[in-house]
Amino acid sequence: MKKDSVNKKLNKIPTHLIVIFTAIIWIVPTLGLFITSLRPLPLINTTGWWTALEAPRGEKSYDAICASCHGSDGKALTTADLSDPELIKKYPRSNQLIPVLKQEYNGEPHLGDAAMPEVQEIADIAAYLKRVSGLDTSSRLTLNNYIDAIVGYRGTKTYVEDCATGQQSLDLKCTIEDVLNPRGMGRAFVNSIIVTLPATFLPILFAAFAGFAFSWLDFKGRSILFAILVGLQVVPLQMTLVPISRLYAQLGLNGSFLGVWLFHTGFGMPYAIYLMRNFLGGLPKDLFESAYLDGANHWTAFTKLAIPLAMPAISSLAIFQFLWVWNDLLVALVFLGGTTPVMTYQISNMVTSLGAGWHLLTAAAFLSILLPMIVFFAFQRYFVRGQLAGAVKG
Amino acid sequence: MATSNVPQVMKQGKMVPWLYLLPALIVMGVFIVFPMINTISLSFKNADGTASAATTCVAGNPCWGIFENYRYALTAELETTNAATIWKSFWISSYGNMIKWILLMVSGTVSIGLAFAVLVDRVKYESVAKAVIFMPMAISFVGAGVIWKFMYDFGTTQVQIGLLNAIITGLGFKPVAFLSTPQINTFALVVVGIWIWTGFCMTLLSAALKSVPTEVLEAARVDGANEWRIFWRVIVPIIAPTIVVVITTMVINTLKLFDIVYVMTGGNFGTEVIATRMYREMYKSFQTGRGTAIAVVLIVLIIPFIYMNIKRFMEQEAMR
Ligand code: HEC
Repeated sequence: MKKDSVNKKLNKIPTHLIVIFTAIIWIVPTLGLFITSLRPLPLINTTGWWTALEAPRGEKSYDAICASCHGSDGKALTTADLSDPELIKKYPRSNQLIPVLKQEYNGEPHLGDAAMPEVQEIADIAAYLKRVSGLDTSSRLTLNNYIDAIVGYRGTKTYVEDCATGQQSLDLKCTIEDVLNPRGMGRAFVNSIIVTLPATFLPILFAAFAGFAFSWLDFKGRSILFAILVGLQVVPLQMTLVPISRLYAQLGLNGSFLGVWLFHTGFGMPYAIYLMRNFLGGLPKDLFESAYLDGANHWTAFTKLAIPLAMPAISSLAIFQFLWVWNDLLVALVFLGGTTPVMTYQISNMVTSLGAGWHLLTAAAFLSILLPMIVFFAFQRYFVRGQLAGAVKG
Repeated sequence: MATSNVPQVMKQGKMVPWLYLLPALIVMGVFIVFPMINTISLSFKNADGTASAATTCVAGNPCWGIFENYRYALTAELETTNAATIWKSFWISSYGNMIKWILLMVSGTVSIGLAFAVLVDRVKYESVAKAVIFMPMAISFVGAGVIWKFMYDFGTTQVQIGLLNAIITGLGFKPVAFLSTPQINTFALVVVGIWIWTGFCMTLLSAALKSVPTEVLEAARVDGANEWRIFWRVIVPIIAPTIVVVITTMVINTLKLFDIVYVMTGGNFGTEVIATRMYREMYKSFQTGRGTAIAVVLIVLIIPFIYMNIKRFMEQEAMR
């Protein structure tokens, strides 16, 4: 019996390995983004994010080659104290360090028996010497990227540094007001919230009405209308963009929040109604019958019976629609654009115009996925349920 | 959905149901039905919708009259010198890329999703593992685009800060410019799509797997079938309807795909797909007629799936 269970456990090892391996592959890219967003730009551009928690750059090479004579703290030779900033100042880079390493001391090669390292390695060692001597005190993890991303800082140093020296650009005031600087992610976050909340609430409200009608009221053409609705779920967003932007141009709604709210409401409707109707339609019939016999009318049946009972469906829908609108790029791109940028717009803009400003890009991207991730992990159950109900929207 | 669902006592005045439906019908009419019709009519017009598309024909060049925009939508990306150039240019056109996307994306997401759903069913930390795979569904394509652009980063110097190129150079190979090398880049983008959507497929398939009755599985085991056989002969046939739903959903999602390509390559280097091409025609070149014609091509490609969706719905209703 015992042997059997051991065997069973052994048989499961490949399963565990595959599952864990896949999960790691899935999580590594996001982890890379997160770690990078916490690193200062010079480090991001010179070392991979996976080295962030390793020893600092060059330490390994130094320990292997130099420590035997200079000691691991650089102080072993009193005549050449590598922890002395005045000495190290003379050797900021590999260029200056190479001649010293090629030099002979007392007729012996500087490095003794050790072979000359490659240029890249010497550069790493030079960087490490600055750390040992205290010339380089920069921390290896920082929150500056987030601050810079939030206020929309575009300079070459950091917002904090610039503000300390009074060299900030004209549109920054170095007060708390900067959080809402139109170029920054702080403002984009607020815009995203302003877009998302009504664009989540309105579809649910309308869909609750319509879903109730489809499941518990009787009218002509009910089946056909609902079948059309099922078909409309699949209509691609792209079909509707041009006419609506032309319409909005006439109504002056381009670039307005109202325009985006209404668009998301209209477009989210088929799926929302579908979900509400499937849920409401699944409630027991007797419930409504007895309510009617007790003299309730359709309105009380709707508000006192259907809505409270439909709370699970409403939650699923709310999460789904919230994430959909929050994550949307195309609608924001077309109807809001740069006048009131939302987070997705701002990031896509940074990707194309900023090139390799990874420190800002990763921080901005992480800010934008933070809320969805919280919502997802807090309400996972509802989100999954919404997906299971058949999400083919958009 | 027979009307008998509704309790007789509940019958209301004729107007009441329509009042409940009114807000929904108005917004859907304005934002879905009207634009669809309008898009179709614009696709037969010129760049700003003021005259027939036929007026945009250039003398001496091929012209399809009022269908001129469709000629553009369907053939402009092809090099029509001879059959060989047509074939070659087709596979880097938006349609050729769409075919690659659909084949790779659907097979990738469904197979990984199914395999993971089967395996994760047997471990104790099932919910955690599933959440990890499903998480990309919650974040935006834009966020995913940035995440993967960083993974694919291509350094021109010694240092590779993109994880993939660091691994490749670590193994002694030359680094790869994943996003700007034609052919490779579309595959690189599909990987991002798979990373995002596998969780969705896995969730649906996992729910289906859990509904397979254990007695059926036990019976097969008693008969001495091995797990592999049980999977193909017992489980797959039972969950086949769900697999079909997942595949059709994924095909639709792939056809509409926009954000990943827009953020990661902007449709350059031969990565154009239908939606990015349409966006470019409409909002970069301001060719409304051509853009809408591409949109119509897209909906024509999707119509079979609309039909399947309605049919499946009717069958479900019949079983209620
Ligand atoms: C075999 C022992 C040995 C090794 C290994 C060694 N050094 Fe030295 N290093 C010395 C000696 C000896 C001196 C000369 C001390 C003096 O000036 O009296 C010196 C001097 C120096 C100086 C000071 C030059 C100046 O301006 O006076 C620097 C900088 C230095 N070493 C860097 C390094 C670095 C970097 C490494 C590792 C790549 C290294 N050393 C490895 C023995 C060694």
